[in-house]
Amino acid sequence: MEFTSLVFYIFSAILLLASLRVITAKNPVHAALSLVLAFFTAGCLWMLLEAEFLAITLVLVYIGAVMVLFLFVVMMLDINIEEMRRGFWENLPLAALVAILMMVEMATVLGGSRFGLTPPAPKPADYSNTRELGLQLYTDYVYPFELAAVILLVAMVAAIALTLRRRPGRKWVDPAEQIKVKRNDRLRLVSMAPQKPAAPKAAEEEEA
Amino acid sequence: MTPLNLTPALPEIFVLALACVVLLVEAFSKKPEWSYTLTQLTLVGAGAITLLTAEAGKVYAFNGMFVDDLMGDVLKLVSYAAAIVAVAYSRAYLSERAMFRGEYFVLVLFAVLGMMVMISASHFLTLYLGLELLSLSLYTLVALQRDSMVASEAAMKYFVLGALASGFLLYGMSILYGMTGSLELTKVVAAVEQGSSSLLAFGLVFVVAGLAFKLGVAPFHMWVPDIYHGAPSAVTLFIGSAPKLAAFAIVMRLLVDGLHPAVGDWQQMLAIMAVLSLMIGNLAAIMQSNLKRMLAYSTIAHMGFLLLGVLADSYAGYSAAMFYVITYALMSLGAFGMVVYLSRAGFEAENLDDFKGLNARHPWLAAVMAMVMLSLAGLPPFVGFYAKLTVLQALVGAGWLWLAVIAVIFSLIGAFYYLRVVKLMYFDAPHANDLAPSGEADVRALLSLNGLGVLVLGLVPQPLLALCAYAIQTSIQ
Repeated sequence: MEFTSLVFYIFSAILLLASLRVITAKNPVHAALSLVLAFFTAGCLWMLLEAEFLAITLVLVYIGAVMVLFLFVVMMLDINIEEMRRGFWENLPLAALVAILMMVEMATVLGGSRFGLTPPAPKPADYSNTRELGLQLYTDYVYPFELAAVILLVAMVAAIALTLRRRPGRKWVDPAEQIKVKRNDRLRLVSMAPQKPAAPKAAEEEEA
Repeated sequence: MTPLNLTPALPEIFVLALACVVLLVEAFSKKPEWSYTLTQLTLVGAGAITLLTAEAGKVYAFNGMFVDDLMGDVLKLVSYAAAIVAVAYSRAYLSERAMFRGEYFVLVLFAVLGMMVMISASHFLTLYLGLELLSLSLYTLVALQRDSMVASEAAMKYFVLGALASGFLLYGMSILYGMTGSLELTKVVAAVEQGSSSLLAFGLVFVVAGLAFKLGVAPFHMWVPDIYHGAPSAVTLFIGSAPKLAAFAIVMRLLVDGLHPAVGDWQQMLAIMAVLSLMIGNLAAIMQSNLKRMLAYSTIAHMGFLLLGVLADSYAGYSAAMFYVITYALMSLGAFGMVVYLSRAGFEAENLDDFKGLNARHPWLAAVMAMVMLSLAGLPPFVGFYAKLTVLQALVGAGWLWLAVIAVIFSLIGAFYYLRVVKLMYFDAPHANDLAPSGEADVRALLSLNGLGVLVLGLVPQPLLALCAYAIQTSIQ
């Protein structure tokens, strides 16, 4: 067995175990941490496939940003997941049986040989994945790329339209109005006639 | 790499730019009236651009991901028209329910953009992205009435089932990609011609299931009645009209443009789904007491009829299906438009009982509704009759006599519930709860035009039929 195959099987085993832990862990924090492990191992597998840029992006974006956010939310909300999926363990044997059966059935139809797969020739050492990806993305695939951006825009509009509520009686400051304020709006000069202080008299009485 | 040619995609670019402008105008002016006007102008402008750039023959752009042909142009033009009419009908309804906001118009424009992308897609990737753009906008539109429990529930159901359908479609596409080595429909069709295998059938099953979900045909129809019923009527009006054209377009692009060598496989699947849809749609519609639900089941039956045209697998069949979907959009706009028009603040004219004795109070509205219902039932001289007739002719011409017989039988059964609406309006005593139309003169005129359109197209169906036939012949090889 080649060394890379060995590494592949080890990483795959870790990935499968981590994914299993994600759905079976009773503590949501543990589940999130397993998901981090699964993402990282998937990144390693991509590295084996010579997709370095994607592997690093996966680690940076999913583990660095998304999963950290997930962990924060999970820790803050303090939800009891076990309560929410009480039926999970009861249905697990039957569900597992169905899943395994489906897997076997699909494996018989979808064997790798039917796709006529041949491993691609390895690229030379100075081949830049990032450059190729950038070229493809902004030339041949610019149309789907822009469409994906529009979908994200719609998601943003949707999220705001569905969750933004303007509560009545909320106190807030409008910076635009704030900087437009004039001296006369805040300060009032009042001309007063000079007055004699009446205090000394009172002080004398106290002394007496 | 080929030089970038943006001209064929000019309408898409125009709609995208103007949708962003509407978003900004809404944010700064806070006047929904402006968004409304701008939205209508955008759709009219897109129509003008599409008309000016329309030409016979296929033009590919963006490295074969985008195709501009006459079938696409006609479907796009009808989609704009449907969106314009739907938005115009909804104006009063929306402002009575605090939904007359810029988001509604922005989402409608993005949904239209999604439909345009789907109609012009010649690549699995753009097809899928267009579908997601449309679906995402529609989910949000359904949920826009936040305080309504029914609408939120409908949006949730729509979202979960829609995501499942997208998953099906994507899985099927990935299998086909693995088999053919390309995502481009022109290359996929060449690769499939080389040799078909059990793998092709496997991928095809998933693709057809995903498409069936999106079209709303049995046995993937469960979402249709709930979403049509739960969504605000103005949104149902939109969902029920223009997206059907886009769904027809992706069926044509995927099955006819991309997988035509596997026609024997998908014909059988479509035949089963068509028969089931005709059966379930027409029989279940009889039991309904809610007009929106009844029309939802009628949609299922009509989409089944549409599949009959596609599976006939001939130019006549495809153009009959195209004619069918265009006229269906027109009738659907009329039927749901009436529901929206007769509703008022705090009251939804959605139960069949609400239409009792409409003739006594508002004879002209009753006449328009009757025309639309008779057309949906497929009675001459209305356009629904010709739509059904051309599909049946193509079906018999292709040798599917037994399917044509089943379709006729179930159409006869289906005529019952459309005629019941007519009977309620003309022969029953008026309901105590009087319907008070919103009373906008322009909407009333548009609704009348819509009803008369059903009649006029029925009397002179030739131009539209000829246009469909010509568009299909220049677009399908």
